[in-house]
Amino acid sequence: MTFVNWLKRNLVVIAGLLTLAYLLLPNVIVTIFSFNKPNGRFNYEWQQFSTDAWKDPCGVSGLCGSLSISLQIALWATLGATALGTAIAFALVRYRFRARGAINSLIFLPMAMPEVVMAASLLTLFLNMGARLGFWTILIAHIMFCLSFVVTAVKARVMSMDPRLEQAAQDLYAGPFQTFVRVTLPIAAPGIAAGALLAFALSFDDFIITNFNAGSTVTFPMFVWGSAQRGTPVQINVIGTAMFVIAVLFVLASMVVGNRRNRRKACSTSVYS
Amino acid sequence: MSTLTEAPPPLSPPAPERKPPRKRGRWTPYWLLLPGILWLVVFFAAPMVYQASTSVQTGSLEEGYKVTWHFVTYWDAVSEYWPQFLRSVAYAASATVLCLLLGYPLAYLIAFRAGRWRNLIMILVIAPFFTSFLIRTLAWKTILADGGPVVGVLNTLHVLDVTSWLGWTAGDRVLATPLAVVCGLTYNFLPFMILPLYTSLERIDGRLHEAAGDLYARPSTVFRKVTFPLSMPGVVSGTLLTFIPATGDYVNASLLGSADTGMIGNVIQSQFLRVLDYPTAAALSFVLMAAILAMVTFYIRKSGTEDLV
Repeated sequence: MTFVNWLKRNLVVIAGLLTLAYLLLPNVIVTIFSFNKPNGRFNYEWQQFSTDAWKDPCGVSGLCGSLSISLQIALWATLGATALGTAIAFALVRYRFRARGAINSLIFLPMAMPEVVMAASLLTLFLNMGARLGFWTILIAHIMFCLSFVVTAVKARVMSMDPRLEQAAQDLYAGPFQTFVRVTLPIAAPGIAAGALLAFALSFDDFIITNFNAGSTVTFPMFVWGSAQRGTPVQINVIGTAMFVIAVLFVLASMVVGNRRNRRKACSTSVYS
Repeated sequence: MSTLTEAPPPLSPPAPERKPPRKRGRWTPYWLLLPGILWLVVFFAAPMVYQASTSVQTGSLEEGYKVTWHFVTYWDAVSEYWPQFLRSVAYAASATVLCLLLGYPLAYLIAFRAGRWRNLIMILVIAPFFTSFLIRTLAWKTILADGGPVVGVLNTLHVLDVTSWLGWTAGDRVLATPLAVVCGLTYNFLPFMILPLYTSLERIDGRLHEAAGDLYARPSTVFRKVTFPLSMPGVVSGTLLTFIPATGDYVNASLLGSADTGMIGNVIQSQFLRVLDYPTAAALSFVLMAAILAMVTFYIRKSGTEDLV
């Protein structure tokens, strides 16, 4: 009876942890199979433990080249989308002007549109303009679909900002530029960082829009897609595992830094109070 | 054109009386908006219009296309591909329901029960985003493989008999069946359900739960009358963020499904990139867009959350 009671009380926790397991199961499989020595072209069945792929992650032709293209595109797309998106977010939150409703829906629509539709329509445009498909068309497409997500992330942060802080800065004779750099930007920074991180992840991982607009350029997701037909090298699992580990470490590190900063802030305020 | 009038003439003498400082920023919002909005108009809105015109064109790749208002393309496209349309909606709807059922407990756990584990669980929800989703989807091939553990367990429990009878699986297989596609879709869009749910659950004041408990509500009643209604914004945006992309997705159907589980995304992709029949492809993606917009509008009306979007 006590077990049933315990089960009842912790049902949500158990169900939640099962979902978490469902979410992480493929990552576990990817990690395990990065140590596999496949027998044949496909790496779907466990054969034998080996660290060969980890010793030579670039051993497959085209893999690291596609990885570097993806990284470049993701970096530029992040920069572009963050710059354009932050400006839009500030304009939408801080100013009242005509056509705000129309602009809001223009920003919402790319997020609400299936990727195939966007990808296909952009391809029709590029084909009709006679644009050469490749690095630049991918970059244009990525900035386009990342933009909305950046705007949403930054908008959330700017909306919760107290405008009186900026007024206070101006009362203390800070110029508009100084106010922006010393007050506005630091407060908005977490939102901008979140938007940039989201843009990077979305761009790096995008397959559907890239597949339509890439021409003969091969990004990392496209390499993986191709390999699913031709035969998946173990190195793909190595890269997948490495990306997961790096992401977790990166987030953990940022949390440690954030905690330390908070603690320092807490200490300094307790000194002054 | 307005750029010319906005730029201050460089050699003009300073105005005798300064405008009040409020007026100075009159053009600022437009300058801030201009580059980004221009980008969206040129590379998002204009292509949509362009695609609309492509869908009523006829011609061939060699001779070029002309707008002929040939609406029959739409009729042909829909009458030929309605099974894929229906399948897309059915798969996406199943995946959305599964995401809600699976995602709610996890979002609830993070919001109310995780304590000091909250950040860690949050990281574990988001981190898979950074491993390529194609790699993770391919991992499902291993998990659902014919001789694998999942198929084995389902077979021993005689679940596969039932699912095969329902048409979700085929014989002793899970891979290359609708069940595999729905499983992949659910997996891929689960974070998009969990995050909005978590955001809306986190905003709920815990004292409301205590108050409901003080008024002799049982835990299930508290959930039904307090927690769930207050989390409706998250439910609505989560289901939209799951359903819309899942309907257009073709990756899961390609990697985990078979020729019999093709979704409308697969058709659009092959019409555009392999068959090169642009009018049909454009018509198909237009019908898809219209169908989704109609369903979303209906859903938002029904759930009474129009102000959310």
